[in-house]
Amino acid sequence: MATPTHIGQAIAPTAQAIQDKDYNILNLGPTHPATHGIFQNILKMDGEIIRHADPTIGYIHRAFEKLAERRPYAQITPITDRLNYCSSPINNMGWHMTVEKLIGCEVPKRAQYMRVIIMELARIADHIVCDTVIAVDTGAMTGFLYLFQWREKIYEIYEEICGARLTTNIGRIGGMERDFSETAWRKLKAFMQEFPKALEEFDKLVTRNRIFVDRTVGTGPISAARALEYGFTGPNLRAAGVDYDVRVMNPYSSYEDFQFSIPIGTSGDTYDRYMVRMAEMWESYRIIEQAIAKMPDGAFHADVPEFYLPPKEQVYSEMEALIYHFKIVMGETDVPKGEVYHCVEGGNGELGFYLVSDGGRTPYRLHFRRPCFIYYQAYPEMITNGMLSDAILTMSSMNVIAGELDA
Amino acid sequence: MHHPHPPRVYAGAQELHDEVRTFLDERFPGAVLSSQVDYDFPAFVLQKARTVEVLAALKSDASMGYGFLTTLCGLHFPDHTGAEFGLMYQLHNLPANKRIRIKTFMAAGDIEMPTVTTLWPTANWMERETFDFYGFRFTGHPDLRRILNMDEMTYHPLRKEYALEDAGRHDKEDKYFGR
Repeated sequence: MATPTHIGQAIAPTAQAIQDKDYNILNLGPTHPATHGIFQNILKMDGEIIRHADPTIGYIHRAFEKLAERRPYAQITPITDRLNYCSSPINNMGWHMTVEKLIGCEVPKRAQYMRVIIMELARIADHIVCDTVIAVDTGAMTGFLYLFQWREKIYEIYEEICGARLTTNIGRIGGMERDFSETAWRKLKAFMQEFPKALEEFDKLVTRNRIFVDRTVGTGPISAARALEYGFTGPNLRAAGVDYDVRVMNPYSSYEDFQFSIPIGTSGDTYDRYMVRMAEMWESYRIIEQAIAKMPDGAFHADVPEFYLPPKEQVYSEMEALIYHFKIVMGETDVPKGEVYHCVEGGNGELGFYLVSDGGRTPYRLHFRRPCFIYYQAYPEMITNGMLSDAILTMSSMNVIAGELDA
Repeated sequence: MHHPHPPRVYAGAQELHDEVRTFLDERFPGAVLSSQVDYDFPAFVLQKARTVEVLAALKSDASMGYGFLTTLCGLHFPDHTGAEFGLMYQLHNLPANKRIRIKTFMAAGDIEMPTVTTLWPTANWMERETFDFYGFRFTGHPDLRRILNMDEMTYHPLRKEYALEDAGRHDKEDKYFGR
């Protein structure tokens, strides 16, 4: 077996294994603990070096695009929860905004700021998962266990806002379901006070750690040009050096009101992907800070009675409210005809919703542009001629989420 | 139905539409069957036979520069006789931040389409997904296999003839809901 001069570098085939038949076949997954999800890769191994990889996906395919064609608009939000389930609120908001674009609904500023806070919390939670898991895959369990507590605190904030933790179904078409409660504000402020210290400690524990740096620098790299050809978006594209971020390019939900920068890397390797996500957590923190400071007064939802459930007291006492309640719950609200595409910056990149409406109660066609699905196809190219242990790191640093991959 | 804010055409979308329409009409006379602006997106319906050469020009021409394929997906309209199936390509000019949508329609008996994997490697899995769910044959595709459904499947499930509910169930029929 060839001895790698530097971990992460491509290694030429050994003389013995040039013939295809000399390779060992290794079945990595679908339920290997190191893949953090249901992914299968059939690898051709030359010693510890991967010469060919063939991914099989679809293990948790749930036919969301087909399901959406039968469901009224409000009932599609829980489907979006289950795409990238590490940052469900971003998916929920993206879907609400798609429908709002179709029906021409302007959401009040307060609701937009509330959404920004929730989406940035979700981004932090998403990046906590990814970055701590990269550390776990290099052998550093401590940071993962330590920082995951703060993901838990974010889930407690979600719980105060919408009652759910993982599959959130947060917000409504037209705004938010309710204003932040006293407890939600208290928990949010406590998080804002305590989180920087925790993230700094994690940063000190991992970022300059000799083992971590040796394992991640140069591992699973992709060039900016190749990443663009493969349709990369989000942190993985930015790690390769392209500063594309939907929040800046096509601002939605008042992102143009906030000051933040877009961190980028240079080499598109595992270390850069890790660093971009670390820096993005700080930027998300800054955005939440500004949103709390500038939180406008006013309504937390738009006046769209056909889509937004009336308060329960009115349903029991007023005819009109009862009718709207019934129509929304039974999914009897028609929407305009048209075609809409709306995208948001999800945890993994541009999450798009392409919606074709024929004017009926359900979408005629709904297509999800899932960033994971699109960039995971570059995975074989990124791990070929590298070590098997590097392939594990490359996968966790790309943050491939099975729910989003398979839809 | 009452709408507080009627749907609108977003700022700049009409200008972008006119710019691309002029380019296409000059370079490919007759290739554009129709075009319109949907909210923030200019959308162009092209002749099927010329779609891929137009996509190639939109990508490579310096004045256009739509180098990024955001997504592509299939469409099925069983009622549109002679144009039952459709493909939608969404392109993005990243440096100028311009986005357009290209559509093309074809008859149910003729759902072969040249691949665009030669233009964008990312189209590989997108086309496999579209083949899996609608049955489009992408000629020249390096590896046209099913991707999300199992290989043994004999039909293409996103086509409209496959109802989502169990065909034996009658309690969810529209008539019981006054539809």
